[in-house]
Amino acid sequence: MSEVNEQIAIDHGLKKDEYKKICDLLKRTPNITELGVFSAMWNEHCSYKSSRRHLKKLHTKGDQVIQGPGENAGVVDIEDDDAIVFKIESHNHPSFIEPYQGAATGVGGIMRDVFTMGARPIANLNSIHFGSIDHEKTKNLLRGVVKGIGGYGNCIGVPTIAGQTCFDESYNGNILVNAMTLGLVNKNKIFYSKAAGVDKPVIYVGSKTGRDGIHGASMASAIFDDKIEEKKPTVQVGDPFTEKLLLEACLELMAGKSIISIQDMGAAGLTSSSIEMASKGDLGIEIDLTKVPCREENMTPYEIMLSESQERMLIVLEAGKENEAKKIFDKWNLDFAVIGKTTNSKNIELFFENKKVAEIPIDFLAENAPMYDRKWTKAKLPKENKFSKNNFKSLKLSECINKILTDPNIADKEWIWNQYDHTVMGDTIQKPGGNAGVVRVHGTNKAVAAAVDSSATYCHAHPLTGGKQVVCESWRNMISVGAKPIAITNCLNFGNPEKEKNMGEFVECVEGITEASKYLNYPVVSGNVSFYNETKDKGIKPTPSIGGIGLLSDYKKMVTMELKNDGNYLLVIGKTEGHLDQSIFAKNILSTHGGPPPEINLFNEKQNGLSILNLKNKNLIETCHDVSLGGILTAVSKMSIKGNKGVKLFPIEGLVNKFEYFFGEDQGRYIIEIKPENLENVEKMLKKDSIHFDKLGIVESNQITYGSDLKISINDIKEGYKNWLKEYMVN
Amino acid sequence: MKSSVIIFPGSNCDRDMDVALKKFGFENKMVWHNDAEIPKSDLIVLPGGFSYGDYLRCGSIAGKSRIINSVVNFANSGGLVLGICNGFQILTETGLLPGILQQNKYLNFICKNVFVKIKNKENKYFKNIKKEVLELHIAHNEGNYFCSNDELKSIEDNGQIAVTYCDDKGNDDEPNNPNGAIKNIAGIFNKDKNILGMMPHPERMIDPFLSGEDGSLFFENLIGSL
Repeated sequence: MSEVNEQIAIDHGLKKDEYKKICDLLKRTPNITELGVFSAMWNEHCSYKSSRRHLKKLHTKGDQVIQGPGENAGVVDIEDDDAIVFKIESHNHPSFIEPYQGAATGVGGIMRDVFTMGARPIANLNSIHFGSIDHEKTKNLLRGVVKGIGGYGNCIGVPTIAGQTCFDESYNGNILVNAMTLGLVNKNKIFYSKAAGVDKPVIYVGSKTGRDGIHGASMASAIFDDKIEEKKPTVQVGDPFTEKLLLEACLELMAGKSIISIQDMGAAGLTSSSIEMASKGDLGIEIDLTKVPCREENMTPYEIMLSESQERMLIVLEAGKENEAKKIFDKWNLDFAVIGKTTNSKNIELFFENKKVAEIPIDFLAENAPMYDRKWTKAKLPKENKFSKNNFKSLKLSECINKILTDPNIADKEWIWNQYDHTVMGDTIQKPGGNAGVVRVHGTNKAVAAAVDSSATYCHAHPLTGGKQVVCESWRNMISVGAKPIAITNCLNFGNPEKEKNMGEFVECVEGITEASKYLNYPVVSGNVSFYNETKDKGIKPTPSIGGIGLLSDYKKMVTMELKNDGNYLLVIGKTEGHLDQSIFAKNILSTHGGPPPEINLFNEKQNGLSILNLKNKNLIETCHDVSLGGILTAVSKMSIKGNKGVKLFPIEGLVNKFEYFFGEDQGRYIIEIKPENLENVEKMLKKDSIHFDKLGIVESNQITYGSDLKISINDIKEGYKNWLKEYMVN
Repeated sequence: MKSSVIIFPGSNCDRDMDVALKKFGFENKMVWHNDAEIPKSDLIVLPGGFSYGDYLRCGSIAGKSRIINSVVNFANSGGLVLGICNGFQILTETGLLPGILQQNKYLNFICKNVFVKIKNKENKYFKNIKKEVLELHIAHNEGNYFCSNDELKSIEDNGQIAVTYCDDKGNDDEPNNPNGAIKNIAGIFNKDKNILGMMPHPERMIDPFLSGEDGSLFFENLIGSL
C-alpha cells in the first residue's frame, strides 16, 4: 500500500489544511483507503462545506411537510394517507464530459433517491441548460443529454411530464442537467436512512461494483480545464434495466417488515451510504469488502469504497430476515450479499482479506467535516435603462412577436419531449408543453402537478430578486393548472464558491428563495447544491432551479392553457407596468442589456394566485396561463397556438406604450379565459379581493389582432414557434 | 372473460394493461415469465416495456423465456394473443408473427399521438369498431416494421395487415409514417388472425383525461367479440 503524503491528499482534491486536520483528528497519517474515504466525504458535493451554513436558513417547515431536507428526498402530505416523495438533483459535470451517460445516470440517481424511501416513482422532470446555440458543442450535448434522459426514464417506465430547456453562452463550458423525480408513498410506510440497533446485518443489493465513477463526487467538486476529456472514466455508466429490477425488488421487500434502514449508493458510493446510515443512527459499522460483489477482478479496498457504479443499495435488515430478503432479490436476478453489521464502536471499520484496512471514527467524516464561512459580496441593484420613444419608433408588433417566438429560450420544445415517454403509467393528464405536468394519483380523484423553473438572467442581474422570482414563477405554474402549491425542491447551480462574487450570488439567491417560500408557505423540502460550474475561469450565471409540486383534489377541475372558445374574454390578472429591463424583448429587439430584473411583490403574488384558485374552484375559469418570459403577447401567442384560436386585443389603457405593455415582464401576472356569462361575476369577485386586472381581449377566429397595429395569423406564428428547434437540430 | 398479462423483467406497461382490461370487464391475472403454466384464459397479452432491457435485440430474450412455450401452444391452438409495442417485438422474435421491428427511421424515440387506419375488420380485434381511423398513442424506439418482399406479398394477400399509420382522414402515405415502417404498417396479424401485434398503445387511450379515448373502442370491441 502506497505511503500517503500531502501531495497525494491534494491530488484527491483536499486542501493542505484539510489534510492536516485529518492527520490531527486521526493522530496519525491515514492510509490510502482512509484518505480516499475522507476525500469522498469532505468534498463539496458530499459535505456541503461552503453552503451548509446558508442552507440552514431555508424555509423548510409547514403543516404539509412530513420530511424536510436531510433525507434521501423530501416528503409532503397530500391527504388521505398519501404522500409525495420528491427531489431534484444535478448531474452537471458528468453530463458535460459524457452527455448520454451523465444525463442517464442523473435520472437513475434521483429515481433511486425517491424509491429508497419506499415510494413508487410516478413522474420525472428535468431542467437542462446549454451554451449558446452557435457554440460548437451545443447540438451534440443537447442531443446526448435528451437521449440519455429518455434512454433511462423510458426504459424504467416512469413518465417524463415536464421540463425546461435554456440556452445561454454562460453554459458554453458547463452545461446543467438537473433531474427531478416524484414518487407516491403511503405516509405510514416511509423508509429512512437512519440505522438503528447493534449487530444488524448490512446488506448490499443491486448491480456489481466496478471501477466506474471512482472520484465522481470529487470531479463534481472541481472546476474544468483543458484536460477535461481525461475525466471521462469518472463518469458512471447506467443500466436502467437493472434499476427497474432494483425498483421492483426493493418495493417488494418494503411491503414486508424486515428493513430497518435503506440508502442508495449515489455520490461517493459505498463510502457515503454506509457512513450516512451509521452517522444518523449514532452507530458504528463494520464492512468486509471481500464480500462486496465485484464486476472486475483484483479490485482494491480503495476502489471498492470509491466506486460510483450505479443501481446499488445498502440496507440494514432486522437480524434473521436475510433469507426472506434474499429470495426476493434472487427472483429479480440481482446480487444480494451480507457485507457487514452495525456496531456500537461509532467507527467505520473496513476489512479486506481478513485484514483491517481502515478504521475511522464516523464523527470525523460527518460532523467534523470542514465547514467554511466563505467571503461573499452583496450585489447592487443595477440602474434602470431609460427607454425613449426613439427606441420603439421603427418597431412593428408583428416582427417583434415573430422574433421572440423563435428565440431559442421561447420556441417550442416538442422535439425534446417527444423523445420522452410522457404517457406510460396511464395517469398523465397534462403533458409537457403546458404550465406544469400533471399526473393523477393512481386510483383516486387527486392529481399532482409539477414543474421546474429557473431564471438565470434575473438571478445574474440581481440574485436576491432572482431567487424570489424563481420561487414565484414555480408557484404561478401550480396556480395556472389549478393546483394548490405545496412545496419545492431546489437545485442550486453556481460557479466557484471560493470567488466572493459567486459566493455572494449563492448567498443572496438562497435568501431570495427563503423569503419567497416563507411568504407563500411553499417550503423547500429537499435539494442539492452544485458549485464549481466553471471552466477556465468562466463561471455560469447563478442558476437555482426550483422544482415545485401542487395538489389538485379533483383532477377533473384541472386547468389548461390552450384557448377554448370564440367569444370568451381574456383578462390579465396583476398589474402591467411595462418592465423591459432584462426581458427577452430588451435583449432581442432593443439589444439592450443590463438593468434590474422585474420587481417581486410577494403580497400581490399571493393575492393574485389565491384569487385565481378561488375562481377556479367556482368553475369560472376556462383557461389560465402565467405571464413570464416575453410578456403578454408571447403568452397570448402560445395560448392561441395551442388552442388554434385567435384573439382580438382591446386597446390598452394607462401610461405604458404598447411595446412595454405587450412585452414587459412584470411579475405576478396571469392571463385567464372567461365565458361571457361569467364575466360580470368574475369582475365582481376580483374587485372585492382588490385584485388588479385588465380586460385584454376576446377569443376570435384564427388571428391575433390589435387595432390596425397588428394582424397575424395563428398558422404563421405557429410554424416558426413549432419548427425552430427541430430545424436547428436537423441542420 | 379471462385474460392474462405476462410480466417479463423490464415490462413496464403491464399495470396499464391490467387497468385497461379490468376497466372493460376482463377478469385479468398477472403471470410471471418464469411460470410454466398460464391460467385458463380467453386472451393473453404481452405488454409493452423493455423486457430484459432490450439487450441483444428488443424482445429476443423474452422470446426464449420459460413462459413462451405456453404462449406459443395457446396461440397455435387458436387462442387470442395480443402483443403491444415490446409485446409485438416479442411476437416477431418467437416467429408467431412475420417480419421484424427495426430502429425508427430518424433514430429517435417517439412518444406521441398517431392515427391508424383499420385495414381488416374480419377478426375479433376490430370486428365491430365503427370507425375506420383510430387515434392511438405510440412510444417506441424500435417500431420500424420491416419484412422481405415475399413476406410482404404474403401478408398482404392474406389480409394480415391490421393497422397502418395515417392522418385523421385515413391517408396512410409516407408523410404520415412516423418511424419508417414498410407500407406504414403499425400492426399485423398471423394468418388465422388470432394473433395481433401492434406498436400503438390502446391502453393509454381509455379515458377523456388521457391522450384520447379511441383505445376504449378497441377494448370494448374485444370483450364484446369474445
